[in-house]
Amino acid sequence: MSSSVQSVVSQPYKYGFVTDIESDSLPRGLSEDVVRAISAKKNEPQFMLDFRLKAYRRWLTMEEPAWPNVKYPPIDYDDIVYYSAPKQSEKKLDSLDDVDPALLETFDKLGISINEQKRLANVAVDVVFDSVSIATTFKEDLAKHGVIFCSISEAIHEHPELVKKYLGTVIPTGDNYFAALNSAVFSDGSFVYIPKGVKCPMDLSTYFRMNNGDTGQFERTLIVAEEGSSVTYLEGCTAPMYDTNQLHAAIVELVALDNAEIKYSTVQNWFAGDENGKGGIYNFVTKRGLCKGVNSKISWTQVETGSAITWKYPSCVLVGDNSVGEFYSVALTNNYQQADTGTKMVHVGNNTRSTIISKGISAGKSKNSYRGLVQVNPKAEGARNYSQCDSMLLGDTSNANTFPYIQVQNSTAQVEHEASTSKIGEDQLFYFAQRGISPEDAVSMIISGFCRDVFNELPMEFAAEADKLLSLKLENSVG
Amino acid sequence: MINDNAKTILSVRNLHASVEGTEILRGLNFEVKAGEIHAIMGLNGSGKSTFSKVLAGHPDYEVTAGEIIFQGQDLLALEPHERANAGIFLAFQYPLEIPGVSNRDFLRVAYNAHRKARGEEEIDVFDFDDLVEERSEIVKMDVSFLDRSVNEGFSGGEKKRNEILQMALLQPTLSILDETDSGLDIDALKTVSGGVNQLSTADNATVLITHYQRLLNYVVPDYVHVMCGGHIIKTGGKELALELESRGYDWLTAQEAVV
Ligand SMILES: Nc1ncnc2c1ncn2[C@@H]1O[C@H](COP(=O)(O)OP(=O)(O)OP(=O)(O)O)[C@@H](O)[C@H]1O
Ligand SMILES: [Mg+2]
Repeated sequence: MSSSVQSVVSQPYKYGFVTDIESDSLPRGLSEDVVRAISAKKNEPQFMLDFRLKAYRRWLTMEEPAWPNVKYPPIDYDDIVYYSAPKQSEKKLDSLDDVDPALLETFDKLGISINEQKRLANVAVDVVFDSVSIATTFKEDLAKHGVIFCSISEAIHEHPELVKKYLGTVIPTGDNYFAALNSAVFSDGSFVYIPKGVKCPMDLSTYFRMNNGDTGQFERTLIVAEEGSSVTYLEGCTAPMYDTNQLHAAIVELVALDNAEIKYSTVQNWFAGDENGKGGIYNFVTKRGLCKGVNSKISWTQVETGSAITWKYPSCVLVGDNSVGEFYSVALTNNYQQADTGTKMVHVGNNTRSTIISKGISAGKSKNSYRGLVQVNPKAEGARNYSQCDSMLLGDTSNANTFPYIQVQNSTAQVEHEASTSKIGEDQLFYFAQRGISPEDAVSMIISGFCRDVFNELPMEFAAEADKLLSLKLENSVG
Repeated sequence: MINDNAKTILSVRNLHASVEGTEILRGLNFEVKAGEIHAIMGLNGSGKSTFSKVLAGHPDYEVTAGEIIFQGQDLLALEPHERANAGIFLAFQYPLEIPGVSNRDFLRVAYNAHRKARGEEEIDVFDFDDLVEERSEIVKMDVSFLDRSVNEGFSGGEKKRNEILQMALLQPTLSILDETDSGLDIDALKTVSGGVNQLSTADNATVLITHYQRLLNYVVPDYVHVMCGGHIIKTGGKELALELESRGYDWLTAQEAVV
């Protein structure tokens, strides 16, 4: 039976091409000189160099975490290129006409339009190619509302006071091994600032593309929502297929002040490695949101389908009274993929609420673990959490685990946890088949039903894309 | 209704099938013509459900000998979903629950799969809603069931009714109803039987697998077959069911043992 369920997973990865473009790279390896060189290349102010060096020195004293439920050969940090940029980006781009046509073509091929003429989706996009941001669209339109949306490199130059005020305040440089590494060498990423009382007039989005085979990608995103403001942010990622592994260690920091709301959605489709487990991205990401103000709200939605290894726990620290944290996640693993992903909800303020909805789908020989922490601090009165973790198995050779950690130090807290494991079995597929529905269609209907609670949280176009993506990833694993 | 000139819909010859190495069907012969209603009865474990699943192509069952011709086509060469789209319908003895997939979506995708197989255009959502609501009438099923997950939390009788709704929608050429009557209350039995009669035409055929005469009072069979040890040991008219009801199976199975 497993052989037939098995054959509906594993679809060739269609974003696996490499763009042939000249790049300006630093030599392999990491040292204080490399950190200084990155900072110098970006012409950074002293405070940034200090930030990086502090992180680097801290990193040297740290160890790679061993607790995740994933296995991989040791990473040689001296064999990685820490900075690589398409040649032309050295000089500031004045308009999209200055962008290398090869790059524009790359993004067209990926279905990402960086051409401002195509306002279709009404989404502003920041595009990051290897280490640098190559274009940000709709900047001027956004500026009219006082919204700042630019690459983080640009923000360091144009808005140093904001960067200085918030960078590293949610995720300190020494937070964890990969966060320290990122803080030392991050090359680019996006910066968003929504001023007081502004509801961001369009969705903002970053598209990450890892092109160079030896480059690690270390991007850094910082979003600040001032009092009474709100923003929806989307993140998409792809990478070429290489038979070696690439390291991706990103940081996303969100800050929501009084009555502000940030909704952050990710559809992650890095290259996952081939059907024998060769190649693929090592995705070690730290994402955390700080609900600093009263009644603030941060909501994470993620659809994780790529990466050979995923290590990622988008979290919320609920400091403001009545603040709300949400985490909606679909993580799909196939072949030899390994995912250890989940969230942390830390309740600090009074009457804080959090919701966790996690859906794990495992096929092939993959390993899919949910790891989540709900922490209620002693002074957090009236905290509430609801967690639901569902796993679905396709076939008999994959593996699903749930590791919920609940630490409640205040007796007024209400914490609820539900978990389930189900399996797409031959009999279910036979029922569909008996009504004329092919196994492929049956699997995608079951999977989208299973993920509906999460997809409902995604912006419309993203939800459709996510649905399609999951079906593609599962094609041929039933048959 | 029996019409000697009617087309043969299904012809099963010397069918042998096993599950996990155990032979369950042993030399089964069975023939159905257009317009006919057949009843298959027999002891628990005699192979009735197995036969229906083999017809539908369940992957657990291996056909080791014999042939099945459905409307002139070699049925065994088709995938399960192709058999369904070709006009074979099985109302399950134990319908499955499919959490997260709404009944309405499930029915629409199934209906469109059938249309596609016939080379017809897919029906749009609004036309489909009208159609499915009209068909729900046939089994007097409340439309609120359409927006629940397929069979999830349905009572035993509601599941059976839902099976017949699917039959009403897909309008198969050959319907096999595996103990659809068990679990139905008396009113529901009348409703469902009425639906089955309403759906039965001169061009299609129905096979009822049942243990009880009750159903056959409402849906009157042209033939009654007795299954034993994986094949049919006796065939008669509707009066055979009445005889079984009063005499049981001993007199037949004893005879079989001698043979
Ligand atoms: N998957 C299976 N594995 C092992 N044995 C099976 C399997 N499926 C059917 N059988 C066996 O085959 C025999 C016939 O079963 P089947 O379900 O066809 O009987 P039935 O005539 O429908 O009985 P009932 O009247 O109780 O519904 C039984 O002995 C059953 O245990
Ligand atoms: Mg049975």
